[in-house]
This record gives sequence, structure tokens and C-alpha cells, in this order.
Amino acid sequence: MVTSVTSFGRSGLADWVLQRVSAVVLAAYALCVLGFFVTADSVDHTKLVGFFGSLPLKLFTTLAVLSLAAHAWIGMWTIGTDYVRRHYFGRAHTLFLAAYQVVCVAAVFVYVLWPLSVVWGDT
Amino acid sequence: MQISLYRYDPDTDESPRMDDLSLELPEGRDLMVLDVLELLKAEDPSIAYRRSCREGVCGSDGINMNGKNGLACTTPVSEAAPRGKLTLRPLPGLPVVRDLVVDMSQFYRQYEKVKPWLVNDTPPPARERLQSEGDRAKLDGLYECILCACCSTACPSFWWNPDKFIGPAGLLQAYRFLADSRDTATAERLAALEDPFSVFRCRGIMNCVNVCPKGLNPTRAIGKIRTMLLQQGI
Repeated sequence: MVTSVTSFGRSGLADWVLQRVSAVVLAAYALCVLGFFVTADSVDHTKLVGFFGSLPLKLFTTLAVLSLAAHAWIGMWTIGTDYVRRHYFGRAHTLFLAAYQVVCVAAVFVYVLWPLSVVWGDT
Repeated sequence: MQISLYRYDPDTDESPRMDDLSLELPEGRDLMVLDVLELLKAEDPSIAYRRSCREGVCGSDGINMNGKNGLACTTPVSEAAPRGKLTLRPLPGLPVVRDLVVDMSQFYRQYEKVKPWLVNDTPPPARERLQSEGDRAKLDGLYECILCACCSTACPSFWWNPDKFIGPAGLLQAYRFLADSRDTATAERLAALEDPFSVFRCRGIMNCVNVCPKGLNPTRAIGKIRTMLLQQGI
């Protein structure tokens, strides 16, 4: 048993399941949005607001954004723990890996807050 | 035949080098790569490699031949070097002791982690613990592993995390005991594998299957461990 405090679910199984469930949500959301663009006669701001402003799509967008955050963190954490190697970085390894993870968390944080503020904001 | 041979003695060499050698091979015979190494060693006794049974049973002579891991004793030269030039390197990802000899301690540590022995706390029967033919058949394709390390050292996940990812060879053996009807430690074995590294670092690229000299399928065994973990976890 290898413990890790920075993995998303602290469990390989939980991360593995979540990554696949979130991928399905993101695929469904992408198809939904693509369907709108393909079937719409013309797309302007009013139609976009009408489409994305409906309650079901607000909830779906929120679910997709949270799925993206979980999916991205699990993926980026895996990449970091694969390629940021003690062999390359020596004593600075832990510091570099921590810095990498902080940057990833900050990016994920922005990618969650920004679309949610747009979707649920007053505009 | 042209041969490029990895040479390195950490005690005396600053860095590894590739020696270009040429060798006259007997006409009309397709030698095994181990035969080529024997001929080279006859000319230069300082060349180091492991060997023992020379028939693919002991797993001692796992090396990298023209970029692909395999057993030198069961790999014909024509298969390893179809274009004529044979390049021999040690198994990748493990520390080199000398030339083609690698330090397999990390590989064995991961093997030890999966407790590769039968665990059964129930009182032993008078003679032996029996299995049905069907249960015995579940071990086919698992018990044949000779621990040559060709698979684990072909796996990038093992290269990156050799201290955390069990690796295909160890996981094949983990499933060999998970699948054994006589073993009673299934829950404990699965609990020890559930973390983000031990099993789940496998990305399913199947390098292990591609190089296994015994034709085994560690990727399938890893998939079955994941399924067992899922069934237990949900």
C-alpha cells in the first residue's frame, strides 16, 4: 500500500472510477453543446443566453465544470508523479513537485470559478 | 555480423559506451543471441552477462535486443536483428551492475510486496488442499512466469515509479494468488493494492504483453485485479 495525500480521492480505485465517470459526463456535455450549434439556424448572443441560461443546462454546465476539475486534477497529478522524478531534480524534487501541484490546483480553481460565475452570475 | 554492445563497469568507467564489434557467424545456422554472446565472451572474457539454463526456463538472460526485451537464449539472431546489425543493451530502467547485468533488487522488492505465496489460515486437511479442475484452470497463464523482468523493465510506469508501482510481473503473480481458490487472503491482498500507484499506474499500453518470452498477458491480469477491486469497492 502506497499512501499519497495529494491524489484526488486518496484511493486508486476512486480516482480510476471518477476519471471514467467524469469523461462520460464531459463527452455528453460536448455532444449536447455541439448539437446546439449544429441544429441552430443561426447563433447570436440572445440564442446563446437562451440556451445556456436554462436551468437544466446551468446544472449540466456545473456538472461538466466539476467533472473537468476532477478529471484534470487526476490527470495532472498522475503526469506530475510520473515525470517529476527525484532522479532529475535531486533534493529539489519535493519542492518542484509541490510547486507543480500548486500551479495545477490554481489553474483548476480558476477553471471552476470562472465558468460558474458566468453561468450563475447576474448577466 | 555487426554487433553494438553496451559496456559499462561503474567501478572504472565514467559513463557507459557502445562497443562496435564484428563476428563471423557459422554459415547455414540461425544462432540464438546467447550463442552470439558466448562467442563474444570467448574473444573478450571481460564481457559480463547472466545465463544459466539456456532454454528459456530460468529467466537469467533477459536483455534488450535491438530495442526489445527478451531472453537471449530463446531469441534467434534473425528475429532480433532482421536487418543484420545486432544491438545489445541491459534491461532498461534498472541500475547496471556491469555490462548486461542489472541489479534486480527493486524488481524483487515489488514481487515480495504481493506476498507470492498461498495464504490459508484454515486447519490443513490430512493430505493436501484440493482444487476442482475448473479452479486449477484459472491459474493457467499465471503460474508460468519465470521472473525474467522483461515485462516490468519494458513498462514506462515501472521506469517512473519502480518503488511504488508493482509492475506487470508482480501484478501477474498478485492475480495468480487472487485467482487461487485455496487462498483465503483475497480481501487483504486487494486492500494492499487499492492505492493510486500499486495497480492503477498501469496505463494499459501492453508493452509487457509484447515482450513476455513466455507469451503471458499481465495486462489482462491487471484488468482482472481492477475488476475485483471494483466489485469489492462498490
